[in-house]
Amino acid sequence: MKKPINDFKINMPSKSVNESFLRTVCAAFSGLCDPTVEEISDIKTAVSEAVTNAIVHGYKDKAGRIYIDAALYPDNTVKIRIKDKGCGIADVKKAMEPLYTTAGDDRSGLGFTVMESFTDKVQVRSAPDKGTVVTLTKKISGKCE
Amino acid sequence: MKITVSDKSMTVCLSGEIDHHNAAALREKTDRGLMKENPQELILDFSDVSFMDSSGVGFVMGRYKLASSIDCKTVVTGLKPRDKKILLLSGMQNKIEFR
Repeated sequence: MKKPINDFKINMPSKSVNESFLRTVCAAFSGLCDPTVEEISDIKTAVSEAVTNAIVHGYKDKAGRIYIDAALYPDNTVKIRIKDKGCGIADVKKAMEPLYTTAGDDRSGLGFTVMESFTDKVQVRSAPDKGTVVTLTKKISGKCE
Repeated sequence: MKITVSDKSMTVCLSGEIDHHNAAALREKTDRGLMKENPQELILDFSDVSFMDSSGVGFVMGRYKLASSIDCKTVVTGLKPRDKKILLLSGMQNKIEFR
């Protein structure tokens, strides 16, 4: 992939109250590519899933930080990485199965499925006690500046 | 959110954003209403929901489980196409009614 033409970084405490802000700021950044309303919503939803996973699973509601860095590329692709330094995932393939969850009631187990539905590519790098990095890639129909 | 009870049904009008952060409060209020009113039908109205991620699906799944345990049918209404797409990923269309 070519060099990014724009990028930003942010990190915040892994508090659930920050979920809305983080998904909104990533969606706003993608706005630099003149996306459709649908594309903005897709990114907002996918980022929300990844951030929630970091809070609920990565840190298991303990204190930590969520690290996001995002970049825009000349081919109008947005790449967003959501990283945590939490407990990591022992079996990534299993974790990405639809409806599979290690959390309790009211967790649907659809986080990764939603991410895959609304982006072009989802990459997950994780290991026990080594944290997790989720990279979301989406091609935007507009032109990135 | 607003809860209204009429005849044999209880309608929960959801609004704003449904994510992990605010789903807990929605869950508590809905469950309290369900156990108090013991309706035959629980209607979850998503018409005023501006954003939903899979936490919204978890909310529906959890309410369906509790409602079923007291012989109450679960109905979902007012879903925008995107939110319906997310909910359908759960396969719940076999268990709940979409209006």
